Amino acid sequence: MSDERHGGPGDDKGSLLAPGTSGSRSGLGKDESFVEQALVESEVVPGALMPKEDIGRSPWQIFWRQFRRDRWALTGVAVIIVMIVLALIAPLSVRWTGHDPNFVNLDALDSFGLPGAPAWWPCPDGANDAPVVTQGGQISVTSPGCTAVPGYWLGVDGTGRDLFVRILYGARTSLVIAFAATGISLVIGTVLGVISGFFRGKTDTFISRLTDVVLSLPILLLALGLVSACGASAEGCLGGLIQPGLLLVSLIIGLFSWPYISRIIRGQVLSLREKEFVEASRSLGASNWRIMAREVLPNVAAPLIVYTTLIIPANILFEAGLSFLGVGVPQTTPSWGAMLSESASAFEYAVWLMVFPGLALFMTTLAFNLVGDGLRDALDPRTQA
Amino acid sequence: MGRYLIRRTLFLILVLFIVSLLTFLIFVKLPAADPARRATGRSTTPEQVEAAREAFGLDKPLYVQYGRFAKGLIPLPGFFLNEDVYYSYGNFIAVKEEIYRRLPVTITLTIGAAVIWLAMGIPIGIISGVRKGSIWDRAGMVFALIGVSMPVFWLGQLLLYFFWFQLGWAPPSGLQIGASIWESIAEGKFILPWITLAFTSAAFYARMVRGNLIETMSEDYIRTARSKGLAERRVIYKHGLRGALTPVVTMLGLDIGLLLGGAFITETLFGLPGIGELAVKSINNNDFPMVMGVTVLGALFIAVANLVVDVVYAFLDPRVRYT
Repeated sequence: MSDERHGGPGDDKGSLLAPGTSGSRSGLGKDESFVEQALVESEVVPGALMPKEDIGRSPWQIFWRQFRRDRWALTGVAVIIVMIVLALIAPLSVRWTGHDPNFVNLDALDSFGLPGAPAWWPCPDGANDAPVVTQGGQISVTSPGCTAVPGYWLGVDGTGRDLFVRILYGARTSLVIAFAATGISLVIGTVLGVISGFFRGKTDTFISRLTDVVLSLPILLLALGLVSACGASAEGCLGGLIQPGLLLVSLIIGLFSWPYISRIIRGQVLSLREKEFVEASRSLGASNWRIMAREVLPNVAAPLIVYTTLIIPANILFEAGLSFLGVGVPQTTPSWGAMLSESASAFEYAVWLMVFPGLALFMTTLAFNLVGDGLRDALDPRTQA
Repeated sequence: MGRYLIRRTLFLILVLFIVSLLTFLIFVKLPAADPARRATGRSTTPEQVEAAREAFGLDKPLYVQYGRFAKGLIPLPGFFLNEDVYYSYGNFIAVKEEIYRRLPVTITLTIGAAVIWLAMGIPIGIISGVRKGSIWDRAGMVFALIGVSMPVFWLGQLLLYFFWFQLGWAPPSGLQIGASIWESIAEGKFILPWITLAFTSAAFYARMVRGNLIETMSEDYIRTARSKGLAERRVIYKHGLRGALTPVVTMLGLDIGLLLGGAFITETLFGLPGIGELAVKSINNNDFPMVMGVTVLGALFIAVANLVVDVVYAFLDPRVRYT
């Protein structure tokens, strides 16, 4: 979609020639058609000449030349790196602030139990007046409390914990689950997709039906059920084999999102297996497994990379959504989704509870989407097929 | 076509069977808490708990328990979600009744949101696709990028904060069960939820329409239309759009099927008593019959939407034929 970002006369989009292959169009899931679209979107001009500077370069060099020019994608990469660094240095923030992510400081709440604001927060005039408590014991929102608490960079949450420290630890939760879940779906999806496309016949029918079944499941409902059933008690489920926590959430997200990948890969492999280089390899006596690993797999790498980058933000939002609904990671594990669930009932008097976790989440997903778009433009998966 | 429909219907039944079995295994085989103990309350004698277990059928072997629930999933009157088995473990309301009371909210939410996302997504996609590279295209695609990256539950809170709390233009969240839908719409209770739910989809549709339009415009039949001397406007809006919008019909069907099973996050955030809110509440309360009913209903909507979409697609796109 972001062809316009390159612009300029040096735009060598569509220089590599390749007849594209796109899979069947009917019955696609949202994510899939999105990538499907990614694969067919840019215009390929068959027979166009390669730009001089691309001659003699490997596809990866050409890709890198393209990608490096995409300012938005590079911004995305920078944001992702910042987020990873923030997640890594989370323990340091405990040293700097002196607050553990689960350290409850009741002094950081005002006399009405409302959370303290960051020292630099622009509290509205008269906001520091005591909030009005109505008859029902509810805090009136007409006069929001906004007491600045020193030492809390991003303010305090509703139970008196440091929001800054929790957001850094929340980055850990978010990224670990997103990468792990994406990894799981990537492995399952690639293996099944390659096998399905390569062997065709009964194997393909079976795997395709399996994919159809998983795609027809009410995924969020089953995930909600699984996480709540396995995460409700410390023993976990399946006789203690699966413990509540990051791994459980990653497993569930991964187990439900592989069909998108496997469908994409299957479509690619179906056309690849008819290509001359596969034929050549076969006539040299290579086994099926060798052809799959050495000939087919490297050729599906490009769409795989693009799709992976686009599925990561979806998985970040999936985890945040589960945590928002109260069935994600255990409550002591900081999660952006859980923080936003708390802020939903508190933004009237503590806006910072909504602003910072939301910004962190939005920036992260936006960054991955920017990189995904940039990769798609630079790799132009059709040229690899 | 006939054989195809039969095959698809059989597949639908298989999917429903798998969903019900999975749901059953998740909630009964991996129990988070004993529903009998929960239903009887805190201070009960073991005899009372035992009586509740018996009433719920929890003392029977697992396959008998599953059989009881499976029988209630046969889509025939008298069987479907029958009240002997399908009642809430919490307040003993029949699942069927609870779903009927809440379905109007979910349907209203879904239809309103769908109208908004089509009204936003399709024009943005068309303008971006027709004037590729223009300032409109850029603006449209920035919108799309923000839309696909935006967490629904953050957008909803931002909207509530600005339009209800700061500006007072929109009513606060929350809706009574059984409140009149038309009155609620007139009060504006649905406006923010609609926008919240529609935003991400509008972005997806804009991207999809743009991509499809650009792709369609490079097809041979467009070249034919141009070379026979049709005005560019006519080429785009008569021939180009038809190809570009056909996939939108597919996507719309699937999205509506998915959302009719409950818009969990939007309903929870705005306190709308729909199917999604019911599902989240029942899962948190470990209310198994309710969860089973809602899950199978969700699966049914998805499966039926899939089927309808494929059949409609065959009519819209003459290249597709099923056997």
